[in-house]
Amino acid sequence: MSDKPNKIVLKDVHKRFGKKVVLDGLTLEVPRGKSLVVIGGSGTGKSVMLKCVLGLIRPDSGQILIDGQDSMKFSADEREQALRKFGMLFQGSALFDSLKVWENVAFGLIQGRNMPRKEAKDIALDKMGQVGLGPEVGELSPSELSGGMQKRVALARAIAAEPEIIFFDEPTTGLDPIMADVINDLIKSCVQKLGATTLSITHDMASARKIADYVAMIYKGKIIWHGTAAEVDNSGNAYVDQFIHGRAEGPIKMEILKP
Amino acid sequence: MNPLAIIGRVFLDFLGAIGRVAVFTFHGLRHIFAPPFYFRLLVKQMMTIGYFSLPVVGLTALFTGMVLALQIFIGAGRFNAESAVASIVVLGITRELGPVLGGLMVAGRVASAMAAEIGTMRVTEQIDALTTLSTNPFKYLVAPRLLAATLSLPVLVLVADIIGVMGGYLIATHKLGFNAGSYMKNTLDFLETLDVVSGLVKAAVFGFVIALMGCYHGFHSRGGAQGVGKATTDAVVSASILILVANYFVTELFFAR
Repeated sequence: MSDKPNKIVLKDVHKRFGKKVVLDGLTLEVPRGKSLVVIGGSGTGKSVMLKCVLGLIRPDSGQILIDGQDSMKFSADEREQALRKFGMLFQGSALFDSLKVWENVAFGLIQGRNMPRKEAKDIALDKMGQVGLGPEVGELSPSELSGGMQKRVALARAIAAEPEIIFFDEPTTGLDPIMADVINDLIKSCVQKLGATTLSITHDMASARKIADYVAMIYKGKIIWHGTAAEVDNSGNAYVDQFIHGRAEGPIKMEILKP
Repeated sequence: MNPLAIIGRVFLDFLGAIGRVAVFTFHGLRHIFAPPFYFRLLVKQMMTIGYFSLPVVGLTALFTGMVLALQIFIGAGRFNAESAVASIVVLGITRELGPVLGGLMVAGRVASAMAAEIGTMRVTEQIDALTTLSTNPFKYLVAPRLLAATLSLPVLVLVADIIGVMGGYLIATHKLGFNAGSYMKNTLDFLETLDVVSGLVKAAVFGFVIALMGCYHGFHSRGGAQGVGKATTDAVVSASILILVANYFVTELFFAR
């Protein structure tokens, strides 16, 4: 995909839950400093792929390289160190409802990096400012925020520790089109500012077109196409064409139980 | 299906569950003793588990002491042994009823709350979020709860013991016609250090069991609201049963001859 060395590489990764094969020899490269968006339908293995890279789920076989190091051979300490490179925006935001908004944003700094609360709060308020949230929001509880504001807080939390790699799991799901575009713009500007490598998964094509340098499509646990964001509309791949145009007819058959 | 296969599957599932709980316990204990330590969370949990359980445990102990005095007075009256009321009340409360009833009440209140809170965190990906924020969920969620419950329960039960004995004292002196001074003297004369200590050791064990079951079932909950509900029920039921089982073994350890 690029001449630069890859930040993350997945090689022939397999994962099954019981009899259900979720990842079936998935191979993917995420170039350093670039934004790769993986598109694909529900249940094709997108979230499992992200969780495998983060070590939240252990693959059955294959290799996952982060900065050239095999993450499946990490000790607990090495994994903890490697995780410091990551930030993640979860699909449902995953904010800690027992903490105030600013404590959520500062969480990784206070608990993960032992930063004094005062210093961490200043950084948290600065990051909240970058996503368009004023300091008064910092004292609220996450449950008092709308879905769009929660996404912004989650984005501020993901970038608070200025990670080298950021994962976005369905960043615009559940948002209205305008708020979704606001979030896409914020993602783009924050990532550019940090110079981070990003891996996003989505089935929102508007979001993919906006934030991607490269696009890959996952189907039945495999990457079936990849290319630049500009190439996605002329991919020549029937699966990609069907997906990006949202057509019911095509090679992708939805598993619907008919009465 | 073959009945033998069903029995075998149930037995294997049971063994599997024991193995998972054992591994979970090991990790929980390891993270209690390995830094970093979250003192702020420990204090918060001690308040939740100990201080806020005081009303329900205190009321349980008060009425248990009162009923105990009445029942023993009636029972002992059949052998003209009414003078034994004070000593039996204090032994009953400190050795058994204080820790066991206190433990069961806290299991209902605390194990369910822990399972619901951690279970909700699991199904809303908050536990995964902890990991991505360089925070070990065992260290942050499990270890402070295990330690707080193990330290809080003995204090809670000590207070419950005193309230329970006072419950017996109130009934004995105001309803059954006992002399206040001689009732207190009988209470203190028959009480030995081991009676209180064994009850407090039981309380510490029960506290550990309550937090362990709350955290374990919460941590392994799956599938949204229904999964969290099941985890909550399982936490209370398993904690209650394990308290009764542990009660036997600790009693055997202290008093078997």
